[in-house]
Amino acid sequence: MMTDTQTEVPSAPLLSVHAIEKSFPGVRALSGVSFEAARGEVHALLGENGAGKSTLIKIISGVFPPDRGEVLVDGRQVDLARPDDARRAGIATIYQELLLFPELTVAENIFMGHAPRAGLGRIDWRAMREKTNALLASLEIHDLQAERVVGSLIVGNRQRVEILRALSQDARILIMDEPTAALTEYDVTRLFDIVRKLKARGVAVIYISHRLDEIFAIADRVTVLRDGAHVATKRVADTDAAELVQLMVGRRIESLFPKITVPIGKPVLEVKDLERRPLTKSASLSVRAGEIVGLAGLVGSGRSELAQTIFGVTPAEDGEIRIAGRQVDIRSPAQARSLGVAYVPEDRGTQGLVRPMTVRENFSLAALGKVAFGGFIDRGAERKLAGDGVKRFAVKTSSLEQIAGKLSGGNQQKIVLGKWLANGPKLLILDEPTRGIDVGAKAEIHRLMGELAAQGLAILMISSELPEVLGMSDRVLVMREGRIVAEFSREDATQESVGAAMMGSHAKAEKAA
Amino acid sequence: MTAVTLAGAEADPRRRLRALASQEALLAIAVIGLAIAVGLYNPRFLAARNLSDVLLGNAYIAVAAVGMSMVIVSGNIDISVGALIGVLATISGTLAVNGAPIVVAWLAALVAGVLVMALQGVIIAYLRIPAIVVTLGMLSILKGGLISVTGGKWITDLPDSFHLADIEIFGALPFPVFLMILVTILAALWMRYTASGRAIYAVGGNAEAARLCGISQPRTVVMVFALHGLFAGAAALLYATQLRVIQSTVPPNLELTIITASVVGGVSILGGVGTVVGSTLAAVLIAEIASALVFTDVSPYWIRAVQGVLILATVIADILRRRRMAGA
Repeated sequence: MMTDTQTEVPSAPLLSVHAIEKSFPGVRALSGVSFEAARGEVHALLGENGAGKSTLIKIISGVFPPDRGEVLVDGRQVDLARPDDARRAGIATIYQELLLFPELTVAENIFMGHAPRAGLGRIDWRAMREKTNALLASLEIHDLQAERVVGSLIVGNRQRVEILRALSQDARILIMDEPTAALTEYDVTRLFDIVRKLKARGVAVIYISHRLDEIFAIADRVTVLRDGAHVATKRVADTDAAELVQLMVGRRIESLFPKITVPIGKPVLEVKDLERRPLTKSASLSVRAGEIVGLAGLVGSGRSELAQTIFGVTPAEDGEIRIAGRQVDIRSPAQARSLGVAYVPEDRGTQGLVRPMTVRENFSLAALGKVAFGGFIDRGAERKLAGDGVKRFAVKTSSLEQIAGKLSGGNQQKIVLGKWLANGPKLLILDEPTRGIDVGAKAEIHRLMGELAAQGLAILMISSELPEVLGMSDRVLVMREGRIVAEFSREDATQESVGAAMMGSHAKAEKAA
Repeated sequence: MTAVTLAGAEADPRRRLRALASQEALLAIAVIGLAIAVGLYNPRFLAARNLSDVLLGNAYIAVAAVGMSMVIVSGNIDISVGALIGVLATISGTLAVNGAPIVVAWLAALVAGVLVMALQGVIIAYLRIPAIVVTLGMLSILKGGLISVTGGKWITDLPDSFHLADIEIFGALPFPVFLMILVTILAALWMRYTASGRAIYAVGGNAEAARLCGISQPRTVVMVFALHGLFAGAAALLYATQLRVIQSTVPPNLELTIITASVVGGVSILGGVGTVVGSTLAAVLIAEIASALVFTDVSPYWIRAVQGVLILATVIADILRRRRMAGA
């Protein structure tokens, strides 16, 4: 047991998470994570996408049980098998996607499931309204009425309703997952006011955020997770942004990335001042033949949106796109495809693969023009195309007639990738090409990317894994809030430099200081 | 499951077994098996006259189910087709009785069918309104319109040449049965071997992926509905000409029988999966069951319940199959 003599952090932690381990098929999400939060403490959880923050809070909220380890509240072990167990232990979670009933009123939402009752099981509407008003008054919220329908509220007010719901259940531990992601600046200020009031009441707040400046503004301590492991817990007063970035990204670069040096050719894609509000703002970039350009940035920084604008899914509102030197106005994916652009989407489930179709049919879907003559599909040519793809991408399938949805994630990703290459593109845009697939399949996809670049393909790769970006890219671009904010050559791109650019000016300023 | 890299892509012996277990094969076995079983109980069931009547009287359902299958594979549904068949039959019959050339009377049903369905396709695809809502509205319009315009009167005194059912192909095959087989084969070939046919499966299986591959979902959906309208027109002609009169109503729940044929034929109600061979076999099976009830002295009213059991069993099997796939 840790003996802590700090006055701000009392010795008996309200919430104590001890040596949590959790694995999902093929992935080890958490390996022995521990942290504590005291009464009245705001404890931040920090980590890159995939570091294990979401898994950790889901375990604390009882969404799924840990494989090993325990959660203690007030020093007593609690069994969190279901979300209801967490609620009874005084733990409430406010997820990024607010879980409210838009057609019901503020009061009804707050007391959903535990409405005050009058006789015969009737809902005591008056008591409910009075309790709601008392809750509103206790947090000094004056612009929210108990009778308002939640669907008509702005996001900030909806979030307040969620917070009130947690308080109405006497939550003593409040988990907030990226609470400011969708808030305006004014609402962020108000959120912080509320968090400070909760703190004063002795509520422990677990605060998850990517934004370092918020952590410095509101948190007492910060725990950094990386690759599912606990890296460090620091008092905010004792650390700075540069150190936190270093802790978040500072992992060894695995030697998995065989980027072959190849001669770089003429520009294949040139984008100038591309606009598509709200998420693409005056973006300019170029990709040359044989070059792999990595596009780094946090989730929500607008990388996928930029890619989809180039590919014509959400056509540009302003700006210029040149393909192989020729200015083009791309209005649809079909047009982008005919110009030699291929896009492998991030979410292969909803965007890439037609699951009920066979491997053969999926391989030929983007290249039907090449195997169909006068509208009729040449089965032989189609089988050859698919067979070549299966061989080239080492897809593990029992046959070409296998239903694609039955294959493993890595093999599905290879099909989605191969489908696009069947068309002979000049530019390949890869959005998170290796997310959620196992290490072996990952290495194969990296090997293929190297080969494709060597054959003269221009590749724009979006990735949230910094080692992948650094390992594969000839050049690294960093996107933040819809703009391309930094560019690094392969030599200059380091975990620290790219990480700082991803996190924003605050981190950079700290580093410069 | 053991996975091999491309090994035996051509000749996997287990694939032959699996092909036997396909919905189409199961249905074919059921059609023949039921005929034998009922024939043993009551040999009159197997009389050429009865079998031919069963096919003649239900070919139009199979023809309409071909179009319905395409619609469901594309991820949509149509519940207006029963009412539309009634309207198209009346249009065609009215023209024929009033002296229009027979060919014009026939073509009118086909053209009107295409127009009505294409209109629904446009509303569904371009205004993005769920098919069930659009076709439910059309169902009411057509049903109400038909009974109001005709005043419930039957069309009689149709010219003899109007009756397609009297035509025999190769001197033996009644035209409705011929058309059912022809439409099924052509549609099956089209869906299997053409790029536009493949687009239906892509749109129904994953509209977003199809779009990224440059396949236009709205265009595909409108095309499918237009074809469905063409087949509905053909079905209406077969329906109109099997009796000597055209009633101003259609068999109750005709659209449900047609949807049942598609679904029991292996078309996934979630879209993306299914063949028209399956739906035609299922239409035949359902007709055969209805006849079998009569020949085994079971009340024919049971046919609705039997259809219900068939549709539930098929959909549950389909959903379980999909869930297993998702879990893999």
